[in-house]
Parts: sequence; structure tokens; C-alpha cells
Amino acid sequence: MRRETFRSGVFTRRALLLMGGQAAVLGTLAARLYQVQVVEGARFATLANENRISARMIAPPRGRVLDRFGVVLGGSRINWRALLISEQATDVGATLDAFSRIVPLTDYERARIDREIHRYRRFIPVMVREFLSWQDMAAIEVNAPDLPGILVDVGTTRIYPFGEHLAHVVGYVAPPNEADVADDPLLALPGLRIGRAGMEKYHDLALRGRPGAVQLEVNAVGRVIRELDRQEGLQGDDVGLTIDSGLQQEVLNILGDESASAVVMDCHNGEVLAMATNPGFDPSVFNAGVSQAQWGEWTRDRRTPLINKATSGLYAPGSTFKMAVALAGLESKAITINDRIDCPGYLDLGDTRFHCWRKGGHGMLDLRGGLKNSCDVYFYEVAHRTGIDKVAAMSNHLGLGVELELDLPGQRRGLIPTREWRMGKGHAWNIGDTIVSGIGQGFIQVTPLQLATYTARLASGRLVQPHLTRSLGGVLQPGTLPDDWPALDLPDRALHMVREGMWSVVNEQGGTAPLAKLPDTRWQMAGKTGSAQVRRVSREMRESGTFDSAKLPWEYRPHALFVAFAPFDAPRYALAVVIEHGNAGAAAAAPMARDIMTVTLRRDPANRTDQPTEKLAAAGP
Amino acid sequence: MQRRLWREASFDLTGKIVRINWLFVLLLCALAGVGYTALFSAAGGAAEPYAGRHALRFCIGLVMMLGIALVDIRLIARLSWLAYAVGVALLIGVMRMGHVGKGAQRWIEIGGLQLQPSELMKIALVLALAHWFHKASWERMGNPLFLIPPIIAMLIPVGLILKEPNLGTATITALVAAAVFFAAGVRWWKFVLLALPVPFAAHLAYQHLHDYQRARIDTFMHPENDPLGAGYNILQSKIALGSGGMWGKGYLQGTQGHLDFLPEKQTDFIFTMIGEEFGLVGALAVMSLLALIILGGMLIALRCRHQYGRLVALGISFNFFMYVFVNIAMVMGAIPVGGVPLPLVSHGGSAMLTVMMGFGILLSVHVHRDVEFEGAGDDR
Repeated sequence: MRRETFRSGVFTRRALLLMGGQAAVLGTLAARLYQVQVVEGARFATLANENRISARMIAPPRGRVLDRFGVVLGGSRINWRALLISEQATDVGATLDAFSRIVPLTDYERARIDREIHRYRRFIPVMVREFLSWQDMAAIEVNAPDLPGILVDVGTTRIYPFGEHLAHVVGYVAPPNEADVADDPLLALPGLRIGRAGMEKYHDLALRGRPGAVQLEVNAVGRVIRELDRQEGLQGDDVGLTIDSGLQQEVLNILGDESASAVVMDCHNGEVLAMATNPGFDPSVFNAGVSQAQWGEWTRDRRTPLINKATSGLYAPGSTFKMAVALAGLESKAITINDRIDCPGYLDLGDTRFHCWRKGGHGMLDLRGGLKNSCDVYFYEVAHRTGIDKVAAMSNHLGLGVELELDLPGQRRGLIPTREWRMGKGHAWNIGDTIVSGIGQGFIQVTPLQLATYTARLASGRLVQPHLTRSLGGVLQPGTLPDDWPALDLPDRALHMVREGMWSVVNEQGGTAPLAKLPDTRWQMAGKTGSAQVRRVSREMRESGTFDSAKLPWEYRPHALFVAFAPFDAPRYALAVVIEHGNAGAAAAAPMARDIMTVTLRRDPANRTDQPTEKLAAAGP
Repeated sequence: MQRRLWREASFDLTGKIVRINWLFVLLLCALAGVGYTALFSAAGGAAEPYAGRHALRFCIGLVMMLGIALVDIRLIARLSWLAYAVGVALLIGVMRMGHVGKGAQRWIEIGGLQLQPSELMKIALVLALAHWFHKASWERMGNPLFLIPPIIAMLIPVGLILKEPNLGTATITALVAAAVFFAAGVRWWKFVLLALPVPFAAHLAYQHLHDYQRARIDTFMHPENDPLGAGYNILQSKIALGSGGMWGKGYLQGTQGHLDFLPEKQTDFIFTMIGEEFGLVGALAVMSLLALIILGGMLIALRCRHQYGRLVALGISFNFFMYVFVNIAMVMGAIPVGGVPLPLVSHGGSAMLTVMMGFGILLSVHVHRDVEFEGAGDDR
């Protein structure tokens, strides 16, 4: 009995020790619980909320691109889409088979859908088919019971009602790439597009708008449980252009099938009323992604549909440059208005002979006569007397060979050579280079837009800059009024003389562009032809007498140019037309310029606006 | 004299039923009620699929427990080594099936019921050790040779469980056995001698651990290094507990649990869920209930008048304590994660049945606490 008592005593002592240990351990756990739940509680509460609340952005509707009268040039259209949520489909294959009986799916599409279903979690919708017609939509809705997992959804897609007619101006949108997304997380939203060219690119931020936000409660795998809060986004601003879409279409009709470009501007404020480039491309193709075949077709086409010839096509201005040379001569006092220069048909300088386009020569000519006849020898002589640097300075002042303040990406600067530029290339300036520069050949390269700007400045005497944006979000932008632009700072007499010369080119007996005379007698147009050689014509070819540039292969024929303004007595519109390999400006470009100016004058877009000026006043200073 | 009186007067069925520790049974019912409540929330506010089955299992387990409570403890004592043999056989069986199956097969199916032999083994080992030490006098306890058979009896199942591999259960088994050794009167210095090489053994063991076990220890040390991988469970569990704060988010309002951030919320992490929804107050209340049950078991051991019953009751209580400690410490990130449920609260059939079986034996000890036991004669 004593032993049992002893043994039980040992057990009791040790059991109590164990209990003490257990109590200590449980006490430690309780203390730890206090530490986690109360002391660090606030921090963990924040973490728990971060866990469950997922803020997502809602894509705002993209703003529209409108013409000066509010016609939609780039807008959004409802895009009916069929989506598939695979976890809601009992049998994905059967659902897709049933879908195919309503809207046939290609094997390629089926493969893509299968791939995406396996890539994403089962509750994430996978696109089955976009751009469904209303009929397809109705058929899908009616057959919904046979299509478990199929969901119909409304998205938006970008549309360009004028398609290739305004592709180069309006530009296009495309899916953003990774670098874009890094800059703005909004772009990661599915279906969002970024402006990649033209006005869509230049005004991308304004068009994009402000995203809305929605706070969602999500679970550990990201499935949305419910919506906690929603803030709608702000639609992007509409961009109103200076373009008159009706005029643009008429201009393109006039250009026909030629690989050509034409720019129509308001002389007084630089508004670009039409900027036509032929051929164009369908900008909506970029929305979904361009196929390899389409890309190849565009890049192989020697008429370069992807290039906006109006701002990026570089051409020698030819005789259209002669007004700049004349003004440089007058400004530098190398010539006066009444100085007469003899044209025997050529100019000998050292052992080089520079020919006039007219074999027999023009005889004695003053400035007006020189312009009217487009006499080469006259301008060889003026350039020679003035010197290349002064000619270049005057051209730059008139808008040639300089970067214009144009609100369209992708503009090229062109070139007006100077001695310094030639030295920079490691060559000495030859006097012969000055001579050919006098007739707009040699190194000189300009764009059609520069030619139009140059003509507008000559016609209005204002230092206008071409621009395409008229209003943003309904607010008229500066630059609409003539007084927004400074004067050209050239003597009126000189400008008047040059305008007279241009008038005589079109309207006087013996002028070089009689074809450009306006059929409507209410108005008179002043203009100047130009032909830009693509290839140097050798003396043998010229002297053989059988030379005819019209018989050359297309790509070796000279470019045909024409610049003009009208009405002559009160200039309002300036234009430039360049027809690639059109051969002669007088024959090919002048009639087109005549037709374009006629429709411009009849439409008179500069005096027929929707007057957003009121909104400008409402918006305050 | 008193003992004789009892035997004659009340050793019938009615007497036994009266002698059942009904307060202890009530505590178990309360704990199962906590489990039902938590599982109801884990299913998003529905009895299905967890809470209803939990209640059904508990009822079955309760009947089984009370049935075992009425079995004479001396009969159980006689079957101790048989139970031990069956336990070892099941462990070996599980290893065989494991080789056919997925590598770490810990479950065995008997008649459609999933059993974890290692859980059964712990109770069987306690019974066997208690049986061995039942007859041992203080002097015999001092003889090292006398301790060799029980040590071997302990090492065989521990080794088998380690091979499964299940490091957590093996450690718990060894600790439960150690508690029984300690209470039986094994000399102090022998424990100290054993404890000395533990750090070296731990280092050695770490080198030979499976990669997933090593990863658990590594993520336990630095959970923030891998918040979406292996450290995810610990981190999310701590976030859930911490965001519960003092008073909790309210019943059925726990975001971590209901939005599936909390892994295995109905099994291993049920305590986290309680802590998130009922706060520190609720969590401490549940811990108090668990502590009361452990205390009840230890009191049964202290009140028992024979060594077998004392050791069995202590072993079973200690086993329950180990469950509670490992589970709660695990969800708080205090020890590496290992799949140990919170008994009677977590969803899962086999663990509950084994625990109830153990409590049945514990109650049997209580019912038969004064019974005359032949082995004790040595000491008298």
C-alpha cells in the first residue's frame, strides 16, 4: 500500500508538472494570438482589404474626329461580340458546334478559341466572334438555350466613314503594345486602342478621355463576387478638324487614279480644307491588326499608299519655285521690277550651257514676263545675281524647306540648299548649283503642303502656318482668325508684282497655263506651273530633238506641279497639286488645279462654318 | 473496504452510466458545437457540405465513445498489445499501399471509412506503454534494462510514421510516448541525457528531410520571401487572424475565409476562421474550452486509482493537447505547417473517430477508476 502511494505520488507530481507545462504553452499561444490579432491587427486588416478589393478601370468612350461641319471622320460603332465562359458550358465542344450552325466558325478560329480557353481561368470570357451583324445577334439570342456558356456583349470599335479618302489625315488606332501599357495602365484594358497615326495619334490623349473606376470584391482566384463602388469615366474630347470632308472627296475624285497629292488651304488663317493623297488605305484594318499579305501589298505598291505625300512626299518644286527666287531678287535689290533680262534660249556660264525650256528663247523680259512665260534664263540670271543663300532665306521665310507648325505627325522638312549645307557635306558650292536652284531643280526638295503654304503666304501676305485642328472638345482653338497670324513683312509692291505674274500665267494670252483658267467667270485664278525632273536629261538627248519625256517609263517621267490661289482680286484659297510622274505641270496638273479651285470656290468652306465661336466665348478666356 | 462496497453495490450497467463523467461529455459536445458553427460559416452560411456531416459524425462518435466508456478497463488493458500489433500492421499496410499509390499515402480504407493508422497507433502505443508500466515498481523503473522493450515499442511506430513520411505526426507520437514515460516515473536524468543530443539530431535530420519538409521550415522562418508560394498559407492565415482584431468581423462576415484567400479553411485552418469572425475574444473562448477538456482529462488521470488508468488517461489527454498546440501554433505561424486538424472542430471523419475512440477509453478509465486491478498488487 505504501509503495502504491509512493508510485501514485510520483505520478501526481509529474502529472502536475506536465499540466503546468501545458498551461505555459497554451498561455504563450494566447499571448501570441493577442500579438497577431490586436497589436498587429490594423496592419493585417489593411492587408485583408487589399486582398479582397480589386479596383478596375472602365475604358472611357473614345472621342470622335469631326470635320469642320461636324461630319464624323473617325467615330466609334457598337461592336456585338459573342463570348464564351467555359465554366458555364457543360460541353465546350458541343456549344461551339451549335454556335457554328448559326455563325460558321473557321478551323482557325476554333483553334484560337481552344487555345484561349486553356490559357485563362474557366470563368474568364473568351472571344468567340466579333463584329456580329444584327441578324446573327438575334439568331444567337433566340438559340440561347442551345448555347450554354455563350454570352453576348456590346463593345465598341473604331470606324472611319471616309475610309481611304482621309486615312492619312485622320490616321488610325491599333492595339497598344507593351511599352504603351507601361506608360498608361489604362491601355491594358481589353479592347482599348491607341492612336497610331494622323490626328488619332496627335490628339490621342484628348481623345482617350478619363477612365472610370469600379471597385470589385474578388476572391482568391480573382473571381468577381460583387461590385462595391463605381465611378463612370469621362468620354474623350471630340476633335474638330479644319477639313471639309465634302471638298476632300471632290478633290480625290478629281485626282482620279493618279499617284498624286493636293492641298487646299485658307490663305488667311492656314486652315487646311483638304489634304488629299492618292492612293490611300483603309485605316480600319489596323483596328484588328494588319495581315502580312496586306502589308506586303502596301509596301510593294510603287504609288506608296501608306505615305502621306502631302506632308512626306519630297519633290523638286520646279518652276513653282520661281516666285521665291523673284522675291529674293527684289528683296536683295539684285533686280528691280522693271529690270529686263535677255533670253536667247540658253545661259553660258564658263563652259557649261544652261538651256531655257523654250529652244528659241524669249527675248527681253521683265519680272512679270519672266513669270508669265516661266522663262528659265530669266530666273537663272536672277538667282545668279541674288546668290543661293538669299534665295534660301527667302524660300524658308515663305515656308519652303522648313518644318511647318503642322499638327500632324510624320511631316518631312525637305531641303533648300545653302553654301553652308554643301560645305557640311564636304563639297564646295558650284555656281552651277545656284543656276539650277533658280528654276527649282538641283538639290531643292519640298512637300506639297509647303507649296500650298508658300502660295497662301504669297496670296495673303500673312505668315500663316498650316493646321488641321479647329476645335477641341467644342472649344475653338487659336489660329482661326486672320489676325492670329503676323504679316509676311515683304513690300506690298513686290508681292503684288508676283501675284500679277501668277495671274498672267493663267489668264493672259501666251501664259504657260491657259488650261487653268476658271470656267466660271465670277472668279479668276492665279497660278504657276512646275515640272520636276526625276532624271537629269543629257545634252545629247536634248539635242537629238527626238526627246519626249512623255515616252519615258512612268517612274522616269517628271512630276507635274501646280500652285494657285483664287479669287485673284480677293485671295481666299490657295492650293498645291503634285502629280507624280505626271510629266508636265501645264498639261497634267493645271486642269486639276482648275477643277479643284472651282469646287472649292463653289463650296466656299471658309465662309460656311458651324461657328463654334460661341462655345469659345462660353468657355471663357 | 470502500472499494469492495462499490463493486458489490454499483458495478452494473446503471451504476456505470451514472459514473460516466457527464461534465466532460458536455464539454466535448460544446466543442463539437463550436465546430458546427464554424463549419456552417466555412460553407458560406450553409449546413452543407461540412456542418451537417460534422454533426452526424459527432453523433456516431458520441455513441461509440459512450459504448467504449462502458467497457471494463481491465478488458481494454488485456487487449493493449493486440491493439498495438494491429496498429503496426496497419502502418505497414499503409506503406505497402503507399508504394502502389502516390508516394506519401497516409490513409487506409476500411469498409468505406478512411482511417489514418498513425492516429490509431498513438492511442494503441499509449495503451501498450501503460500496460508495460502498470506493473512496474519504482525500483524496476530505475533499471535501464527494463526500459529497453518500451523504447523499442515506441521506436517501431515512430520509425514507420517517419517513413510515410509524416514528420509532424511522428514527432507528436514520440512526445506523447515521452509524456507517458515521464509520468510512469522514468528518472529525470535520463530525459536530460536524451535531450542533450537533440540539437545535433535536429541538424542531422534537416539534412535528410524531404524537400517539401525543408521548404516548410524555410517558409516558416521567412514567410514573406514567398508570399504566393509555400508561405501563402501562413501569411493569409495571419492576415485573417489579424484582420479579425479584438471582436472579429462578425459571424459569416469573414472576408478572408469567404473569399477563399484562406486555404483549407474547413480543415486545418478552421481556428483562423473563428479568429477572423469572432476576434481575439472568440478565439480565446475556444482555447479556454480546449484547455478545460485537457484539464478534465488530466483530472481523470489524477483521480484514477490504478497505474494503467492513470497512464492511459494522461497519454490520451496529452495527445489531445498536442493536437491543439500544433494546430493553433501552426495557424498563427508559430511552428511549421503540417496537416494537423483541430479535433472535433475541423471537418474530417477519421480524425474525429479516432479522437472519440480515445475519449471513450478515457471515460472508461473514469468509470472504472476505483476498480481492483491485479497488476497493482505488486506495489501493495
